[in-house]
Amino acid sequence: MFIGMASRPSRKRLVEGRGARERRSRTSVRASGLLLGLALLVGAVALSLAVGTKQIPLDQVWSALFSPSGTENDAIVRDLRLPRTLIGIAVGAALGLGGGVMQTLTRNPLADPGLLGVNAGASAAVVTAISVLGITSFSGYLWFALAGAALAATAVNSLGGGRYATPVRLALAGTAVNAALFGYVNGLQLWDLSTLDAMRYWSVGTLAKRDASLLVAVAPLLVAGALLAFALARPLGAIALGEDHARALGTKVKRTRVLSVVAITLLCGGATAVCGPIGFIGLMIPHAARAFCGPDPRWLLPFCALYAPVLLLLSDVIGRIVVPPSEIEVGTVTAFLGGILFIHLVRRRKVAQL
Amino acid sequence: MSLMQDERVVVRHGLLRTRRWSLRYDVRALLVCVTLAVLAACAMVFAIGTGTYELSPPEVVRTLAGDGPPGAEFIVIDLRLPRALVAVLVGFGMGMAGAVFQSLTRNPLGSPDITGFGNGASAGALVAIILFDGGDAQTAIGAVCGGFATAVAVYLLAWKRGVHGYRLVLVGIGASAVLGSATSYLYVRADIGKAAQAATWMIGSLNARDWGEVRIAALGLVLLVPVVLVCARRLTMLEMGDDTAGALGVPPERTRLLLLCAGTGLTAMAVAAAGPIPFVAMAAPQLARRVTRAPGPNVLPAAWMGALLVSAADLATQRVTGSALLPVGVVTGVAGGAYLAWLLRAERKADRV
Repeated sequence: MFIGMASRPSRKRLVEGRGARERRSRTSVRASGLLLGLALLVGAVALSLAVGTKQIPLDQVWSALFSPSGTENDAIVRDLRLPRTLIGIAVGAALGLGGGVMQTLTRNPLADPGLLGVNAGASAAVVTAISVLGITSFSGYLWFALAGAALAATAVNSLGGGRYATPVRLALAGTAVNAALFGYVNGLQLWDLSTLDAMRYWSVGTLAKRDASLLVAVAPLLVAGALLAFALARPLGAIALGEDHARALGTKVKRTRVLSVVAITLLCGGATAVCGPIGFIGLMIPHAARAFCGPDPRWLLPFCALYAPVLLLLSDVIGRIVVPPSEIEVGTVTAFLGGILFIHLVRRRKVAQL
Repeated sequence: MSLMQDERVVVRHGLLRTRRWSLRYDVRALLVCVTLAVLAACAMVFAIGTGTYELSPPEVVRTLAGDGPPGAEFIVIDLRLPRALVAVLVGFGMGMAGAVFQSLTRNPLGSPDITGFGNGASAGALVAIILFDGGDAQTAIGAVCGGFATAVAVYLLAWKRGVHGYRLVLVGIGASAVLGSATSYLYVRADIGKAAQAATWMIGSLNARDWGEVRIAALGLVLLVPVVLVCARRLTMLEMGDDTAGALGVPPERTRLLLLCAGTGLTAMAVAAAGPIPFVAMAAPQLARRVTRAPGPNVLPAAWMGALLVSAADLATQRVTGSALLPVGVVTGVAGGAYLAWLLRAERKADRV
């Protein structure tokens, strides 16, 4: 008895000490992970600027960026590859964040804006705007992209069972909505050959031939979405414990849900409006990030925002160098890599609840 | 003699007996098959009559009998009949394959277009066209090889002490994404002539079919339909579970493998003839089951339902657009997506998913 009482405080201090040390070391691991992500992003940007049909050495890329002298290489870097890279960074970060928010919100490891029909919804709405309503300005169909994304997200979520959604239901509902919407997009394109050229980009996601002005137009939406996502990190973390726990901890569950859907719509709809539907980035990155930093959204979301552009830019570079004279769209590359990862996830029984 | 009794369906059986063998058949299913076949034939006749050169149904029938208006024979026999025949044959094969797969996975979503076998066959066809410069026959062989390779891969990847229905479906969704990207990679690589030829194998289409495709589709049916029909009763046993089936004298693994091969073959031959027309394989068995109200795989009614669906979709495409340019796969894709959504809703209400 006496020994027990005497030993208890010291043991408690020991445990606390270990916990604090673990937390500190965990924090330093996470922080160094973020730094690593930043370094990788710089590397990916350098590759994206240097690699292509014409290889440009890095020192020339540097001089093109900071002391341009009007050579051909300068023009390629500044006018073609720089906008493309910037768009890649913005869209990648948006898709990664969107995926992170979606997976945390639905507590569903298979949630992905592409798989769950959000990108297809935006795509279908844009095609409708161009073909049926004759809208040709980017600022015009941007709103259609957002509306389409919101509608598709809502439809899939309610088909998948709303609050009682399971990974399987959601994946299947997403498949159904995707099939119908892509069928519609294909049909409209073939029907109306005159606008096919303008619409072609909205069937496969690509970073090529994108104008920097698009980025300027869509940037406010993406920034708003990103800020909203970061602001929601804490309540989302509470929701991840289950709705009852979240409510007990003082989280406004309903408001968080609605705002999360708004953030997802802004991020994914805006990204799709610029580049067309790019799938699986939002699926892969949160998984990789979670393995590294754990499920806490306050860390997960910054990881997603840093690593997703790395993946998107690298996929884009791969697409540029695989078939030398021509290019593969980045959406194709990410679908290939993402499909393999998806199968891997499904095979891990615990995750898919199978 | 009403079919309904105490709100339960009493399935009436007919019996055909000779000295050597006997055959038991379901009267309602037989009637359904005949009705569906007649409807499919009507859709075919109307589809043949549709186009820039309009023909009334009686004229079409007379032309087919070799006694039509002058000039109609070329249009009907050489141009429109192959298309209509491909529609019926392909729909028949896809419907039957869908019934087999849905019964094997015991899951209405286990159809070949969701599990990626259709995409595999279309990737195989594209490889044959673009990399090996193949004609009709090589394309068909490519589609069959692609279909089988995908089936084997998905089956093995989904294997984990037995193949669970939903795991098969989800692995198939992943495989579809990978194969779809491989397909569009090939598509981008190809020069424009081959790309135009290959476009059909990206989304199902019946445009510009000729007798070559009819032969391919018919060959698949002639070889594989007997196999499926012989095994259909075993399939009903398998639905009761492996143990029960084994106790009733049906070797489960062997039967499953045989039927999987037959179903994949049917899908692949259909894809080789008309490309991956989406959702027919999924919708046809479900509709057939609702019409026959019979338990079990309903292999033959599903096949006829598939034939009716594809020829009706083809007719609709031609009538609505006024030209035959819109691929039929677009129509079935949109209608099928909506149907899948409805199916999911119904399944959820019944607490099955």
